Amino acid sequence: MDRRAFLRTAGAGLGLVSIVAVRPTGATPERMQAAIRRVVGSAPVTPGRVKLELPPLSENGHAVPLTVSVESPMTEADHVRAVHVFTEINPLPDVATFRFSPRSGRARVSTRVRLANTQTVVAIGELSDGSFWSDRATVVVTLAACLEGPL
Amino acid sequence: MARALINVPGQARRGEIIEIKTLISHVMETGHRRTEAGAPIARDIIRQFVCTYNGAEVFRADLHPAIAANPFLVFSTVATESGTLTFTWTGDNGFSVTESAAITVS
Repeated sequence: MDRRAFLRTAGAGLGLVSIVAVRPTGATPERMQAAIRRVVGSAPVTPGRVKLELPPLSENGHAVPLTVSVESPMTEADHVRAVHVFTEINPLPDVATFRFSPRSGRARVSTRVRLANTQTVVAIGELSDGSFWSDRATVVVTLAACLEGPL
Repeated sequence: MARALINVPGQARRGEIIEIKTLISHVMETGHRRTEAGAPIARDIIRQFVCTYNGAEVFRADLHPAIAANPFLVFSTVATESGTLTFTWTGDNGFSVTESAAITVS
């Protein structure tokens, strides 16, 4: 489906939800904050220790390379339990949760994600002492995922 | 049939941190799209990936529709002993694929 056909469909009232979901907003949407709260509970989230690597500009939102790592000795006493990744503007705020153990050796993972539009991605690191750390990165997406036809 | 590619070093020194790359063919249909006629396309994604090393879990990922088609994952583990690494992808519509790779630790 091309953009024109999509907009026609949307105009017919079938795609209105998608239109709202991908409209860029200035503030961090509440949905992402709610998703983060589901994971961290009432614990404070401190910026730092986590490193989220994304290209500043992506021509194709269908597959954006993402790498996230957390500084940690990865011992039984002090390791990274999990890394959670969230987006602001995608139809769903959750992207992935990666679970590590001391046997992981290092807390570092790479994958490819879909981004519905230019937006900020947030990574939260969950440490074995129960603390939460975060990093964020903004990606400018020229061809958005979710609006185009089948790949 | 889903095809999976796995890259694991065949040999490693004990205690070395090794990098593992996995790629599996899968559409990762988001469930947010519609056909030309406006009918919703049902979600069909891989929801979980687990890597075990001689039976012990070393890495796990919970995936959502925001993961790109043909999920690609790079992660690491400590080479502790010779044996087998097992990789399992499970998802919607009963999707389940298991692959394994051997490693020799000296």
